[in-house]
Amino acid sequence: MSGFTGFVLRRTLGTLVTLLAISVIVYVVFFVTPGNVAQITCGPRCSPEQVHQVAQQLRLDDPLYLRYWHFLQGILVGQDYSTGTSVEHCSAPCLGLSYQGDQQVTQLIAAKLPVSLSLVSGAMVLWLILGVGTGVLSAWRRGRFSERVLTGITLAGVATPVFVIGLVLMIVVCGQLQLLPFPQYVGLTDDPEQWAWNLLLPWLSLALIEAATFARLTRASMLETLAEDHIRTFRAYGVGERSVIGRHALRGAFAPIIALNANNVGGAIGGAVLTESLFGLPGIGRELVHAVNVVDLPVVVGMVLVIGFFVVIANAVADVLYAVADRRVVLA
Amino acid sequence: MSEALVASPAPAADSSAAGASGARRFWRRLRAQRAALVAGGVVALLALVALAAPLLTAIEGQDPTTYHPSLVDSARGGVPVGPLGGIGADHWLGVEPQTGRDLFARLVYGARVSLGVALGATVVQVLIGVVVGVAAALGARWVDQLLSRFTEIIIAMPLMIMSLALLAVVPGSFPRPLLVALVIGLIAWGNVAKITRAQTLTLKGLDYVAAARLSGWGTWRIATRELLPGLAAPVITYAALLVPMNISVEAALSFLGVGVKPPTASWGQMLTAADIWYQAAPQYLLLPAGALFVTVLALTVLGDGIRTALDPRAASRLRVGTGRKGEAKAGVGTGGGGSTGDGAVLPGRGVPGTEVSRQGAPGADVSRQGAPEVDLPRQSASCDAEKEATA
Repeated sequence: MSGFTGFVLRRTLGTLVTLLAISVIVYVVFFVTPGNVAQITCGPRCSPEQVHQVAQQLRLDDPLYLRYWHFLQGILVGQDYSTGTSVEHCSAPCLGLSYQGDQQVTQLIAAKLPVSLSLVSGAMVLWLILGVGTGVLSAWRRGRFSERVLTGITLAGVATPVFVIGLVLMIVVCGQLQLLPFPQYVGLTDDPEQWAWNLLLPWLSLALIEAATFARLTRASMLETLAEDHIRTFRAYGVGERSVIGRHALRGAFAPIIALNANNVGGAIGGAVLTESLFGLPGIGRELVHAVNVVDLPVVVGMVLVIGFFVVIANAVADVLYAVADRRVVLA
Repeated sequence: MSEALVASPAPAADSSAAGASGARRFWRRLRAQRAALVAGGVVALLALVALAAPLLTAIEGQDPTTYHPSLVDSARGGVPVGPLGGIGADHWLGVEPQTGRDLFARLVYGARVSLGVALGATVVQVLIGVVVGVAAALGARWVDQLLSRFTEIIIAMPLMIMSLALLAVVPGSFPRPLLVALVIGLIAWGNVAKITRAQTLTLKGLDYVAAARLSGWGTWRIATRELLPGLAAPVITYAALLVPMNISVEAALSFLGVGVKPPTASWGQMLTAADIWYQAAPQYLLLPAGALFVTVLALTVLGDGIRTALDPRAASRLRVGTGRKGEAKAGVGTGGGGSTGDGAVLPGRGVPGTEVSRQGAPGADVSRQGAPEVDLPRQSASCDAEKEATA
């Protein structure tokens, strides 16, 4: 088992290096853009004094490595900001101040996070059930008419952008049929029932698209497992088809599904950004789009870092889970 | 006779296609798949429409940016005048609510943006990916370490989020479609590099490359003359999956209002405003949505077809599944297909005569050794592509 522990340790170390590298890249890309960073950050209507103040806050006179060091310091131990008259302390994971209303980026993200987490986690449950279910079904019914129908549907799902299916769902369900009201986010702790009802359509939109990919993967890896010798042995011993498919073949598809689900976090967050914007859910994604539109650089950088953090962690967890689920993986 | 052998679509045929005969074989295998053929036709038609956009709108007598205030009813909030959102001889698909711009013109010009941006981004991704991948595989150990680590980091960056953010900081004066293509291209080349590196490492170990090295060829000459042809198959396969993904990303960015901006027409951007007009002008919503769907679907099916034609082994695994793989693995020829009873899944695949001629050629399995063992990254990479495409 020492090989495994070593693998986990190496992977953790690698993850930390990746996180650090991402923070450097993101910092350099966004704060070393051509043009007057202070002016861009402050906005076109800023007075020269305000621009100067921003330049001081960003420490634009310092050399680059020092600026990055301050930025990193803010994340690790916190930082003090002077907001003209008073001094505000921004504690440990400090990502700077938003240029609209001087709100701390960390607080802004924390306030929006529950919405995005509600959206993604609920949708994930749905897409795993739908996707894996469809994949198993089409592997089981392979060669029959029903499999072709399923394959056609999943292909259509893969080809549909999430905002198209979301738009269509919203118009049909909320507009034409009036089965549901247009979604408005209600907190889980405020009213669980309303929370679920309002999130139903966003969940479905995101999940239908993601499920298609999982269905294709599940089907492919199940068919691959079904071709292996041990399955032939099971069959020869007279194990029923239902058991072969449902237990033994599905086990073979387990590892790739875990891996895809974790590697998928980045894509799913991208889908969540679109879903939030479409349905007007006040989550991280919509905030990011807003920040991009008004060029609120600290918010953009903070969100990119936080999302990148989630993605990198998810990838690392995926690798470890993959190694646990599939012992054939070479631990390198 | 050689015709029968070459034409055989049996997945056991060797996969590293190079040179003119390889291209011919690829073409035959692609044509053998009905779905891919139809998809290819649709893609060709779309490309034609995109290229001929100025001509088509000239025939219609409209252009994509002229406002027609007289064609919308400003008293009712800008609803198009006339039935069906203003469809008529002058405006074939009606006009845009509020502005009265011609929808047909915007749709065909939108095809230019969609396909142009996606192709441009794919070219950038492939160029960077191949250069980085080959350099990592052929370079010194530290070069490989550095480039591979960098590639991993690039892969870890979420495409949608990064492109959203990058588009925020570039000044508005930069031509927008070019910028979107560059941004997508610069962020999402990681998997191309990964695939290229794996394939190059495999090719490097082969005898013919070793022979070239022993006869004193330089690294550059080996890379361009000996390695690049062998890289074509996996890179083209992956690039074919990247195109529909890039189309989705461009549409998504434009939908969010940070991609291609007005007055340039883009399908994603058309959808942004469309939802509130679905009753007065349903085609305003349905046309760009349908165009996006058909385009991405056709490109995805074509991409699958190209993969099947270039890498018959992946095809046998994904489509035909069990029997064929057993056959290839065991190398016993005919027996494998029957065991799980689904050897006959693929329509139009087994041409009876050629099947027989194949059986006598177990040599096909020997050539397998030359086939790259990059299954795992490739499979997961293609999944990533499909994945991001849905974003």
